[in-house]
Amino acid sequence: MEKMSRVTTALGSNSITGRTMFCHLDAPANAISVCRDATQVVVAGRNIFKIYALEEEQFVEKLNLRVGRKPSLNFSCADVMWHQMEENLLATAATNGAVVTWNLGKPSRNKQDQLFTEHKRTVNKVCFHPTEVYMLLSGSQDGFMKCFDLRKKESVSTFSGQSESVRDVQFSMKDYFTFAASFENGNVQLWDIRRPDRYERMFTAHTGPVFCCDWHPDDRGWLATGGRDKMVKVWDMTTNRAKEIYCVQTIASVARVKWRPERKFHLATCSMMVDHNIYVWDIRRPFIPFATFEEHKDVTTGIVWRHQHDPHYLLSGSKDSTLYQHMFKDATRPVDKANPEGLCFGLMGDLAFAVNESLISSDASRKPYPGGDRRYPFFSFKKANPTEQFAHVSSTLSVFETDLDSNCMDWFVKTAQLYLLSGKPFTELCDHNAKVAQELKRPQVSTTWTMLRIMFSEPAPGPNQNLSKLGSLPLMNSFSMKDLGSVMGPEGRLERHKGESRQDNIHLEPGNSHISNNNEENEETEGSDGPTEYMFGDAELDDDDLYPMEHENQAVPEEQVYTLPPEAFQLRHEIIDNPSAPEHLQQDKADSPHVSGNEAEVTCLTPIETVSLISISQPLYSPHLHGSFFCPIVREMLSHYAEQGDVQMAVSVLIVLGERIRKEIDDLTQEHWYMSYIDLLQRFELWNVSNEVIKLSTCSAITCLNQTSTTLHINCSNCKRPMSNKGWICDRCRQCASACAVCHHVVKGLFVWCQGCSHGGHLEHIMNWLKNNSHCPAGCGHMCEYT
Amino acid sequence: MASSSAPGFAFQANGSENPSQAPDTGGSSRYRSDSESEIYPTAKSLSRLCSRDRDERAAALEELSQKVLVCLGLDRPGSARLSKQTLLHLLRLSRSCPLQEVRMRASELLCTAQEEGIEVPRALASGPSAFIPAKEMFTEGPNQDMLIESFLSLGRVDHLAMVMALHPSYLSCFLRTQHALFELDGPLPRDWRHYISIMAAARHHCSYMVQQHSMAFLEAGGEESWLSGLEHAPTKLRGLQTLNKLLAHRPWLITQQHIQELVCAGAEPRWSLAELIHAVILMAHTHSLCSFVWGCGLNPEPDHIGGHTFCPPSPSHIPHSPAHEDGRQELADGAVEVEVLMKRMVELQQQEEECTQEEMVTRFERERSESIPTAVVRGAPPELVLNLVEEPEFRYEDFAPRGEQSPPIMRAQDYSWEDHGFSLVQRLLPDMGQFLDEEFQVVSNLTYHRMAMHEGVDTYTLRKALWNYIHCLYGIRYDDYDYGSVNVLLERSLKVFVKTVACHPEQTTAHIYHDFWRHFRHSEKVHANLIVMEARLQAALLYTLRAITYYMR
Repeated sequence: MEKMSRVTTALGSNSITGRTMFCHLDAPANAISVCRDATQVVVAGRNIFKIYALEEEQFVEKLNLRVGRKPSLNFSCADVMWHQMEENLLATAATNGAVVTWNLGKPSRNKQDQLFTEHKRTVNKVCFHPTEVYMLLSGSQDGFMKCFDLRKKESVSTFSGQSESVRDVQFSMKDYFTFAASFENGNVQLWDIRRPDRYERMFTAHTGPVFCCDWHPDDRGWLATGGRDKMVKVWDMTTNRAKEIYCVQTIASVARVKWRPERKFHLATCSMMVDHNIYVWDIRRPFIPFATFEEHKDVTTGIVWRHQHDPHYLLSGSKDSTLYQHMFKDATRPVDKANPEGLCFGLMGDLAFAVNESLISSDASRKPYPGGDRRYPFFSFKKANPTEQFAHVSSTLSVFETDLDSNCMDWFVKTAQLYLLSGKPFTELCDHNAKVAQELKRPQVSTTWTMLRIMFSEPAPGPNQNLSKLGSLPLMNSFSMKDLGSVMGPEGRLERHKGESRQDNIHLEPGNSHISNNNEENEETEGSDGPTEYMFGDAELDDDDLYPMEHENQAVPEEQVYTLPPEAFQLRHEIIDNPSAPEHLQQDKADSPHVSGNEAEVTCLTPIETVSLISISQPLYSPHLHGSFFCPIVREMLSHYAEQGDVQMAVSVLIVLGERIRKEIDDLTQEHWYMSYIDLLQRFELWNVSNEVIKLSTCSAITCLNQTSTTLHINCSNCKRPMSNKGWICDRCRQCASACAVCHHVVKGLFVWCQGCSHGGHLEHIMNWLKNNSHCPAGCGHMCEYT
Repeated sequence: MASSSAPGFAFQANGSENPSQAPDTGGSSRYRSDSESEIYPTAKSLSRLCSRDRDERAAALEELSQKVLVCLGLDRPGSARLSKQTLLHLLRLSRSCPLQEVRMRASELLCTAQEEGIEVPRALASGPSAFIPAKEMFTEGPNQDMLIESFLSLGRVDHLAMVMALHPSYLSCFLRTQHALFELDGPLPRDWRHYISIMAAARHHCSYMVQQHSMAFLEAGGEESWLSGLEHAPTKLRGLQTLNKLLAHRPWLITQQHIQELVCAGAEPRWSLAELIHAVILMAHTHSLCSFVWGCGLNPEPDHIGGHTFCPPSPSHIPHSPAHEDGRQELADGAVEVEVLMKRMVELQQQEEECTQEEMVTRFERERSESIPTAVVRGAPPELVLNLVEEPEFRYEDFAPRGEQSPPIMRAQDYSWEDHGFSLVQRLLPDMGQFLDEEFQVVSNLTYHRMAMHEGVDTYTLRKALWNYIHCLYGIRYDDYDYGSVNVLLERSLKVFVKTVACHPEQTTAHIYHDFWRHFRHSEKVHANLIVMEARLQAALLYTLRAITYYMR
């Protein structure tokens, strides 16, 4: 231990100076290592093996160890290590499987000292014991680790990793006898150097190869590992089972990991592929690197801290044939550039938004949003830790709430539960759903259902009959001026919730049966009807506000409107601007249907539709029209609903109409609607409805949702081993596995079991048993509960 | 050579016999459209046959036979004729469906049709492979389950799967990879994927693969005209030609310039890196699969051109592949040879002998440049294939012919699949790296601990030698491998076979197949083929991935 103390004091007597600098090498480097006093660095690669002196301003080549006319493969190094006790001693791992030691004190040009050719495959790593001069460890692709005593000609012990390639070996800094080895299959093993027969412990650290590991220089229990799965993990090895205490997700496979001296939570990593940067992480802040060095142009292959006790100098070698010294003060700090903010939508339409406080305050002139902008204090303010050196960002969280009555999604839940989607004739389904919508005060939706029924039901004998039927429907509503006035008031609110379909409830209030009285008459009488007409005017305003885009489309029908009998609109001039669907349609139906006609019908779905429906009911029943005639309209109607946010309506109609409409809408759109609706249903925990929708859908992508993860793995109740075959008999212990705890017969069918004691049986038996008893029927003493 | 009835030949011979029936590639698809217009909806009934529900299958089978019988006019006179497509489907079912009831019913229907005086097709081949007797294939047990699974999910069991089923653990991961490559989400559209495979297969004149993918290509909605020649395909696809050519024959010539031409901003139309890597994997996968198809002498599928005939069998002609018998003579010295090989393997494992670095290099060079005569150059490839190849004369050449300046060899330690290739693929085409990794691992660990008549043998050294020999042919060198053992373990006839299959697959003959490892089981020879195929795939991928890595730098 005397030597140890010498090392630790070395820094004090000879403090390091320098700057960020680099030098060109002749060939790509595979590994680098520094000598104990931090004055020299050795670079090794396939075609390079040199020692450079680290001077104040530059690297100076001191020695080329690659001698001979035709250097052998023994010089082709995969790894190199400079002994930390003996400054003349180096070891390299060669790609051909040789382990070579070099003695710089030799007088001859060739400094090669010992050559061990015991490994059959490439040696990936060599490691000197931190305090023992003659002890060297190697790990190879052939799956063996060997420990060499440099005074002897061959290895003193061999450790077998069970034929899996060894990627890294590291002696523990504090436990004299312990070393860690990482493997290509993702395992990490701990060995006692005195016991070559068996590892002390093993755990799976990564999926795929573990390329590197590093013991914490101060904390004896901590081991950092890096793998191809792009993770760096820190393990606490002091407990019985290796416990993962920190995990950093990087963006590429991790080739090397090195703890930063004197900084308990910092480590440096570099990647094997694609990413050329070196990152220094604070493992407590795993989402963003603490510092980055971006100098290299190709992957970094070796990193080492210049001195064991100086955190400010990092050396790195790279495939781009350069050797760098990085000063920590010159590093890029990604945190400074990061702009932490977050945005999330709530189920009820709320919007939460967190952003750096400084950004918010700079925008002081901003007016608070009407109704909803609420700022929340940051809940868990992390106490600033001076050792952490991380920029602290305090954020404000703003929540924009939709106001209470529009916030309520009850209608969605109720509708989902009450709608009938299958199991009855088409017309009944429509009627039922119309009634549901009506009861929930959504007349527009209700009307849509009724229209669908009319459009797609089988042609009826005569128009008169239909009309009378129509008259009996509950959809014949009208507006009273008073109602309208009151609901039209909060204009801003309407505007704000434009994307949602809730305004339906507002516009069409059932009650005043002004128009239903008139519904048997034709539209001309309607026109002369004062109140109705006034309503038109109001509705127009509303219409313009809500559908500014459709306004343009209406230009075409407008032309036709001019040809209509003027007396229908004599009282108010503006009425002409509003395409009055009834007249237009009537004309249209007489002509061949064209695009403008369809568009006009879509606008019928706006609040004035009640009127329009009544009016067009007659032309609809011209006997020539087949259901498929309406398909384009219905298609647009569905898109309209979906775009308004009422995907529920779109999907429900899709299911109810089934084959009648399916071919009209492309599969991707259908799938998208289904997915959105199912997602919504599941967020509202309407599992049954969502399942029904999945079952009724015809999109293959949707129906297969129910076919995923349908396997339930069970263990045999006797031998506790997994049941591999189907059936009731465990093929290991030849016993019936699932016996009912009450009747002791095999359960074939519904099996219910207690998750506490895992006893169970026939559903019925267990239910009955637990009605009268509270303990497990098997007599195990567990208090089972049936809910 | 009479025994050389490899797929390509069979096709040629047959194509000239029945020019009216199988004139061109358009043929198969034209029949398809014929069948659509008829009352018998082939595709639909067939997909129902693949239902996982046993009753559903039974019902579909019943329906199918009803329809065929109706067509045959047993119920009413003058009904529609059976289409050729239908007959071929029936033929295929009767030959290769792993479900016995389906197989039986299909044969019965064909018999009935024949009795009704309809010309019924007859498969020309007696089994999936021209080299391997059919009786080696139909083994019961777990392999069968795998085939049934394959039938249910893919709708057919092709000869490829039947031969691979000799190694079920490989087959299952192969099918997964295949599925991921061609079916799962990826940057390339489905028809393109198949067309790229067609382009790749055409380079090796492999009409088997070309036809397999042509069918899939049309099923995926591909445009029929593309199949008649490369010039009909979009420019973007044609841009792959150079890469395809190099990848197939001399992957070591691929440089970052080739990648740059396709990917960089100036290139028009431009490939994205993800698309490119997908295409590269497709091509490399298909190239190596061609090696397998030729190396195992796969017969054309019954519904391929050249896989069937409508002529009644002539009495003198018994439909068998002529190759079967000649390779099977038991040699008296057979047992001795195997034992010598085993002894060498044991010696190699114990050997502590040291040799100089120079000696090691020489050994590698010797293996690399050893002249292995590959079989005679074949006649022109079938026209069907030729239209899809540009520069057909570009072929494999020895990595470094004697006396010439060799391109730098690739050191396995500097760019390996495990460390570098995997990460790159995984990054650009998520999950694909995982599938390929699994494939490589299954192949490198596949062993049954037996050799010919011996059990309990560690075949690691032999497998390793085979793998490294192929990589050596492609100029990849392992620093830590002694290439002297390749010479010790691989007899010359085996080297001839391996080099032919890996580098000139279209020149494989039954003769060289039967010439190596004469006392080994066929399944062991298929195992050797699997190693060749995967090693070749990895070598080609490594070169391309390295070029892409350099490009991305």
